[in-house]
Amino acid sequence: MDIYLPIAEVSVDVFVLLGLGGAVGFLTGVFGVGGGFLITPLLIFIGVPPTVAVASSANQLVGASVSSVLVHWRRGNVDFKMGYVLLVGGLAGSVFGVWIFTLLKRLGQIELTISLCYVVLLGTLGALMMVESVYTQLRLHRPGVRRRKLHQHNWMHGLPLKARFRRSKLYISALLPIGLGFVVGVFSAILGIGGGFIMVPAMIYMLGMPTAVVPGTSLLQIIFVAANVTLLQAYTNRTVDAVLALVLLVGGVIGARIGSRFGTRLRGDQLRLLLALLVLAVAAKLAFDLTVRPTDPYSIAWEKT
Amino acid sequence: MYPGSDRTSARPSTLADRTSGWHFQLMALILFWAAPARAEALVADLTNHLIAITTGFTGASVVLFGAIDGPGDVAVVVRGPDREMAVRRKSRIAGIWVNSQEMIFANVASFYFVAASRPLEEIVSPATAAFYRLGVTNLELKPEGMSPPQVVDEFVTALVRTQQRARLFPNSVGKVNFIGERLFRTTIEFPSNVPTGTYLVEVFLVRDKDVVSGQTTPLVVSKVGIDADVFGFAARQPALYGAIAVLTAMVAGWLASLPFRSA
Repeated sequence: MDIYLPIAEVSVDVFVLLGLGGAVGFLTGVFGVGGGFLITPLLIFIGVPPTVAVASSANQLVGASVSSVLVHWRRGNVDFKMGYVLLVGGLAGSVFGVWIFTLLKRLGQIELTISLCYVVLLGTLGALMMVESVYTQLRLHRPGVRRRKLHQHNWMHGLPLKARFRRSKLYISALLPIGLGFVVGVFSAILGIGGGFIMVPAMIYMLGMPTAVVPGTSLLQIIFVAANVTLLQAYTNRTVDAVLALVLLVGGVIGARIGSRFGTRLRGDQLRLLLALLVLAVAAKLAFDLTVRPTDPYSIAWEKT
Repeated sequence: MYPGSDRTSARPSTLADRTSGWHFQLMALILFWAAPARAEALVADLTNHLIAITTGFTGASVVLFGAIDGPGDVAVVVRGPDREMAVRRKSRIAGIWVNSQEMIFANVASFYFVAASRPLEEIVSPATAAFYRLGVTNLELKPEGMSPPQVVDEFVTALVRTQQRARLFPNSVGKVNFIGERLFRTTIEFPSNVPTGTYLVEVFLVRDKDVVSGQTTPLVVSKVGIDADVFGFAARQPALYGAIAVLTAMVAGWLASLPFRSA
């Protein structure tokens, strides 16, 4: 059954969309990642214009992160103060990102930028996860290895504007989360991702936050950054397809339910290895598409007047 | 037996000083009202004047039918609203394919269809074909700015090729079929990605390699139902649309979190 997407202006099989949302929701349930980084490339693969794919997955992300934050909030795993500080940077970053997006779209380079950013980000992330999980597999057989020091002092602690984050048990410069929020905000606008996969490692390793509060806090600020991106994209580029986002959300909810049940049966390091392989596969496909000779070197774009 | 003659119609004299779009429509309409008594050399109409794009839209076909008074051939041109188009060419830079050249075409028909009762070159002179824009090669695609003619040719060819691939330009001239001596019909196919707007359907009566009579009928391609509402709303009230899109997603997310609470 085909469904006509009013903003993307293409007909797509509704079951393909539901399946896509479901598959990404399944991954969210299994791995606990937002899955935005997979939705955008997959939407592009099925023929949704990249600009619409990016803006609509930001919209979908709002819903997906609201539902996750509510779950984390109930368990008390959200550092609201940290979330708001991250948000200051995140909002500024997403405004800047949408501005870059609009500029690149006018120059005809947005699609290349989206693909390139994905290849670099997913490639790096996938490789890191791969190394980490292989390392964990090896370390399992060598017990008694010294653990990483909980707190290390470096240049980051010399920055001004120190603030106390009680829930995270941290006393650090507010510039750090603001800067982190900004970088993630820029990517969020250009790539339609929540940035969880950049944010989560940075919060653990750079800010030194306790792992338990990381997902909830990261998702809290993602709600607002994704909402801001959706608003700005709707206003400046008119590329938000609310119908597309809703169908993906419906699929996502079902997928997440099945995924979370399935996830409890697998070991954490095995999960990470699987996720790493998946991420690398997407990066490889995108990289391949960039280097392979296009069937037609010419492309057209209607200039919206 | 002459259905549709109550639509706009135009005499040869009006075609000579034809302008485009609604202006032409209006003139034709005025002339029609001014001289209603004269016998028509050509009448034609469509089975449908509105193509409604709904949620399940997978394309549509419209039948154009009519009759001519006396001998001659019939040519039909359908043009979608003109839009500005950027044509870009990729080239390989450091191993990856990058859009490196761009040409802007100010007035490109967003949809084009042509049909004739016999091959175009047999029924019209090249000058006539060019004047009435009969055939893809007569679309007058000119880019903004100055570029060498060979480069322009390459970009125009690419533009036409891309539009043909999207089924918005025809690969060949369609067939106008005669039923007996005077009645004719042809089918116009619109793909699922048909652009919205007001289309002009022009029917020409051709004798001795020249157009002797013509008629223009509008055809509206429009989104209807929820899709039209969503699209129109997104275009007119982008800020409010964005806000509603965010709120809808938030409510959906909240609803989605409910089943987890009981677990």
